[in-house]
Amino acid sequence: EQLINLLDTFTRVQAQRPKRPTGRTATSSNARKKGEEIESGDAATPLPPHSIHRFRNAGDAMMKLDMSALETQFGAPAGEDGGLLFDVDGAAMPAMEFPNCPDFDRFQAKTKDMVKNKRGTTTLAFIFDKGVIVAADSRASMGGYISSQTVRKIIEINPYMLGTMAGGAADCQFWHRNLGTKCRLHELANKRRISVTGASKLLANILYSYRGMGLSIGTMIAGWDEKGPGLYYVDSEGARLKGNRFSVGSGSLYAYSVLDEGYRFKMSVEEAGELARRAIYHATFRDGASGGCVSVYHVGPDGWKKLSGDDVGELHYQYYPVQKTPVEQEMTDASTS
Amino acid sequence: MARYDRAITVFSPDGHLFQVEYALEAVRKGNAAVGVRGTDTVVLGVEKKSTPKLQDSRSVRKIAKLDDHIALACAGLKADARVLINRARVECQSHRLTVEDPVTVEYITRYIAGLQQKYTQSGGVRPFGLSTLIVGFDPHTEKPALYQTDPSGTFSAWKANATGRNSNSMREFLEKNYKETSGKETIKLAIRALLEVVESGGKNIEIAVMTQKDGLRELEEAEIDEYVAEIEAEKAAAEAAKKGAAKET
Repeated sequence: EQLINLLDTFTRVQAQRPKRPTGRTATSSNARKKGEEIESGDAATPLPPHSIHRFRNAGDAMMKLDMSALETQFGAPAGEDGGLLFDVDGAAMPAMEFPNCPDFDRFQAKTKDMVKNKRGTTTLAFIFDKGVIVAADSRASMGGYISSQTVRKIIEINPYMLGTMAGGAADCQFWHRNLGTKCRLHELANKRRISVTGASKLLANILYSYRGMGLSIGTMIAGWDEKGPGLYYVDSEGARLKGNRFSVGSGSLYAYSVLDEGYRFKMSVEEAGELARRAIYHATFRDGASGGCVSVYHVGPDGWKKLSGDDVGELHYQYYPVQKTPVEQEMTDASTS
Repeated sequence: MARYDRAITVFSPDGHLFQVEYALEAVRKGNAAVGVRGTDTVVLGVEKKSTPKLQDSRSVRKIAKLDDHIALACAGLKADARVLINRARVECQSHRLTVEDPVTVEYITRYIAGLQQKYTQSGGVRPFGLSTLIVGFDPHTEKPALYQTDPSGTFSAWKANATGRNSNSMREFLEKNYKETSGKETIKLAIRALLEVVESGGKNIEIAVMTQKDGLRELEEAEIDEYVAEIEAEKAAAEAAKKGAAKET
């Protein structure tokens, strides 16, 4: 309900506002919108030569996807070849107006907090000599309520790349599907598969352009390309890190301890899978927001393969079978005397 | 915001785009340019019209570097070339930024051709009046490549091609004399093709050589003169041999 009120305020305020002069901040916030191609700022506010906005979306020139579903109500959409007048790649959209409220900075922060999902999950991925292992739990929680125990948190981007889900389920699912589309288009246009580096960069650039707008994604992109196994951590703040071992989510602390302790570079696929399974299990044991079942995937030179999916309850009794405790006193029938 | 909505390039009743064909005319009037692909080298050569005495010839470079491993030469309107080259350079860097990989020759050719095509189908603009020859090495397969684009926006890969003034005679020469070459032989083949239509001498030819290891290198006038001398000597020897053979029979 709060969200609806918020949107109401936005639309009402937008209808009333006077046109704001395009200042430097306005251009930058517009530049974040996906699908806009801004080669250089308007004549009035040229972007500095080092500005990332200058280059960011030029790469999308050849693969312009229909993002009309994502277009917000701020500003009129630019026409098809509307910008062809002077600037072939489209003119900047009109500025986003700030709502008329007493404390704008707190207002923004409160909105962000409200829409931000806490990342209640445990996912992990690591590189070893035979590829990449990716594992995750399957619990979705809304505060204290467990909404599902059977969420698929490992998303198959394409037959040789996997992504993990942490944060907002819808955000992760949509943007991974979108990334899969972009990877396929890249493959078709360039007649070769996209590298894990490239795919993670594409996703990171998109997420950066939505920075501050409430997306909540903490994902790992794992895959096997020409250079061998690749693993990147990408999140909705715009970070993109290359690494050998990552764990994301509220249970990541527990998973890291088991993972770091048992990790060796040279392992068999079964050993590596078992390590991942144990790490997730221990995280689900201690973290209330993780649970359900553990899925373990392996990405090798021929693509990914699901190794196992085990319920953590059953795993618990496998790792810690019930000990028969000796009975201290046995109750016997009273002797009939 | 005022927009141009009337297209300048429109179809004629018999299916021609006259503006594009006129642009090709402009290309035909431009300087001769030739490109030859060898097994480990690609060479670009351009005709250099005599520079006025007071002009600084270094500012009139006709072969442009798009990235460390890609170069471009063109024939036609040089002012249009500047615009196209700048956009291509930005695209090369943008590609490096978004996928952390250098562009392939095919990708950047596709981009340039796409740009040329866009300007044949938009309001208020005219087509670019130039054909380009793009050479480079594929960063993944390390194979050399030569592509050509034209004002209509089509592109294709070639083993050797020429564009600009008298390109037909150069192409005929190349078709007759092309063989798989490498290193110096490739350079000589390019120079021989250019010499068919250009006065001989290092002053009138600009040559750039690209190899996988060393990237793009412009040849000095003295070097070109050496090659020209070699070629003339070979030609003379061939003539003499022919005459000798003719005398015997």
